[in-house]
Amino acid sequence: MTIPALSRRNLLLSSGALYAWAQVPKLARAEGRDPRLLVIVLRGALDGLAVAAPVGDPDWAALRGNAAFGLASKPAALPLDSFFALNPALPNFHRLYQAGHALIVHAAATPYRDRSHFDGQDVLESGLAGPGHSETGWLNRALAALEGQGANPGGGQAVAVGPVAPLVVRGPAPIVLWVPQRVLPASEDTTMRLLNLYRHTDTKLARVLEGRVALGNMSPNDVSAAAAMANPPPTVPGIAQLRPYFSEAAGNAAKYLARTDGPRVGALAFDGWDTHVREGILAGQLATWLDALDGAFAAIESNMGEAWRETVVVAITEFGRTARLNGDNGTDHGTGTVALLAGGALKGGRVIADWPGLKPADLYEDRDLKATTDLRSILKGVLRDHLRVREKGLASTVFPDSTGVRPFEGLLA
Amino acid sequence: MSTDARAEAALALHRFGLGPREGAIAAIASDPRGALLAEIGRPAAGQIVSPDLLSAAQAARNAFEDAAARNARRIVDERAKKAAATASAMTVSLSTGAPADASQGEPPVAQQVLLREAKARYDAAISADIGFAERLVWFWSNHFCISSVNLAAVAGGYEREAIRPHILGRFADMLLAAEGHPAMLAYLDNATSIGPNSVAGINRNRGLNENFAREVLELHTLGVRTGYTQGDVTSFAKALTGWTILPTVDNPDHGGEFVFNRRLHEPGPQTIMGKIYPDTGAGQARAMLMDLARHPATARHVATKLARHFVTDQPSPALVERLAAKFRETDGDLKEVTTALVTAPEAWTQPRSKLKRPGEWMAALLRAVDIQKPDIQRVTGGLALMGEPLWRPPAPNGFSDDSAVWIDGLPQRLDIANLTGERNAARIDPVALVDTALGPLASAETRETVAQAASRGQGIALVLMAPEFLRR
Repeated sequence: MTIPALSRRNLLLSSGALYAWAQVPKLARAEGRDPRLLVIVLRGALDGLAVAAPVGDPDWAALRGNAAFGLASKPAALPLDSFFALNPALPNFHRLYQAGHALIVHAAATPYRDRSHFDGQDVLESGLAGPGHSETGWLNRALAALEGQGANPGGGQAVAVGPVAPLVVRGPAPIVLWVPQRVLPASEDTTMRLLNLYRHTDTKLARVLEGRVALGNMSPNDVSAAAAMANPPPTVPGIAQLRPYFSEAAGNAAKYLARTDGPRVGALAFDGWDTHVREGILAGQLATWLDALDGAFAAIESNMGEAWRETVVVAITEFGRTARLNGDNGTDHGTGTVALLAGGALKGGRVIADWPGLKPADLYEDRDLKATTDLRSILKGVLRDHLRVREKGLASTVFPDSTGVRPFEGLLA
Repeated sequence: MSTDARAEAALALHRFGLGPREGAIAAIASDPRGALLAEIGRPAAGQIVSPDLLSAAQAARNAFEDAAARNARRIVDERAKKAAATASAMTVSLSTGAPADASQGEPPVAQQVLLREAKARYDAAISADIGFAERLVWFWSNHFCISSVNLAAVAGGYEREAIRPHILGRFADMLLAAEGHPAMLAYLDNATSIGPNSVAGINRNRGLNENFAREVLELHTLGVRTGYTQGDVTSFAKALTGWTILPTVDNPDHGGEFVFNRRLHEPGPQTIMGKIYPDTGAGQARAMLMDLARHPATARHVATKLARHFVTDQPSPALVERLAAKFRETDGDLKEVTTALVTAPEAWTQPRSKLKRPGEWMAALLRAVDIQKPDIQRVTGGLALMGEPLWRPPAPNGFSDDSAVWIDGLPQRLDIANLTGERNAARIDPVALVDTALGPLASAETRETVAQAASRGQGIALVLMAPEFLRR
């Protein structure tokens, strides 16, 4: 057989249909909007009570003892409203909250009620009603649904960060992957030859490589030989590098989303929230991680620039942790927790919670913060009102078997 | 030699081994199955013996001494700086320009140990004839994974002590060795879990940490959603209290080893899944582990994972059941189960659709291009870049065996293949590399693409990135 001649032009012609970067959903475009959505998956189960403390609940102090931080703690918690106060490791998020650009949903959870991280993460990211294998995530299927509505005739795409794309963003709609460049990249010629081979022999591999080509075309500044660092190889992000690492990852996702010709949806995952031992809510492990997350919010806001006012960032986790501390001054796997939302498109400055209380009888199985808000209602509210995914699709393909879970009203400004 | 036999040989090397080295396909083409079984039949299959490698406990002690000594030096330096600052500004500082201590420039002992262990692991991978035994080590090490974050000094020792001796032995023995290893007890927080009614629990008002118990049930034995309850998790966690580590801080000669500390152990009988286990100290949790090792759900869980790792993402129920049955019939004899896997027809007829994980692909690359002594820091750096940092999975369920997880990392592989091609262009002919690495598996398109490459370096990269080399 003969392989057709390779050329740059060939590639653009054949991949043009796959990567037409005109991503404004049709309905939103009719309204003169260009919405962006970034989903941050916090893997390991974030302790919601340690993020937004119910300082107005009379049972709070007794429940957590010394770890029951509040407005008089050192450092002092940041006031949110008359009932909740924010962990002081999140000053940027607090500033956004005060500006009406951030909100917290408390006592929320997916429908999953057991305590396996991995089943919990699958439910969180797949959008299915229960655990089980899924090859696609709800965010990707939301893009596919938009395409079905005729919103993206050229095909939607999402950007993911890191060498392993989070499940939430995997699926039929093409994704592009951004990874910090540490090795001198292969030349365009080599990439084209390989792509040509894949097109003839392995279409799945071809699709992934096309994503790389598309990303390279889009951002000459980020994927360049000048930015490459062949030596030394990357090492573990130690504690000191955590904040820069989070900021770099989230900030780069924002750079792509901000571009007029860029993707409109992105996802990334941050691990490390599984605080079984010495949780360190105000100083220590959790405080360090929250500080890094706070830096990520700041990096997103700043790199979004003008697009910030059309942005929603959603940070979600698989479930919460035990309401009481365990024997190691940590917390074990629990149920209800927080979701953190930020972005100029939000009607922020509020904590959304149907507060279940903290008395033993109020707790789920006398151990976890009860979940009173289905996280899917929040996500549906964002997808419907921000991206204009229709409710029918939300209840069937995006979050299967969720007809009874209504989209949360009024999340957007 | 028929093409079919050579194709089976190449399949065996990619699917069950670590990829062909020069001449490897021809060497086993007369009997690929027999060659796989012969490799795991060798007396020391899967073992690493090296005088350079320390026991995990010794490494933990050395790392502790090193960290303590560094801290002491830092304090002395700070005192000296203060003294110098308060002394007359006219005085010429003695420390100017002179390194305070040569060893300060060296990486910490824990990091040095980790690199030595990584090197030993990749040496074994590169020098193996097929690499089937090593693949089994990698599989089980990932099943019983720990993370080298905070445990850099012991990650390699853990694999050599808890995993390698048992890959062809009994599952129950590997289970006991892994769960009783200090690295595991530290990783999953059992070392600090205390029975609330134990002597220490009452005196120190401390209590249980259920992390370990849950993950043993969910990940190492029964598997998720197999019927155990929150109550079973809590009872198992109570039985496991007291399984801890001899502290290195108190004892420079004996520390870092497993110890059962009865002062931490929750007294009384415990019930899991309807069976009552009397309080026999360390024996209580050991008896539970022995029963878990024999449980049919464990057989099924292990069989599913083995078939998924070696054969296909979605193995047929028939294949899983055949392996599970062998596991049950032989009381978890892993050599028997492994033999059943290799002799299963599905293992040879399933299309090569699985993507090699980054670590496997890296080993295959080093073997194909004949890089016998790689710079280990480049290897571990490359693994991190591709999303599979050595001994550092993101969570206790280990690295995924789902191809969909790895496919998006393709561009990073391309960059590494590209670099490999450029560095080895002077000594490797890409067309010959197709025969070495792919042989009869190479498609006409791949052969033509490589033959038309603009340079030898590019040709090498294209072979290493060919679908036949990425998939198995």
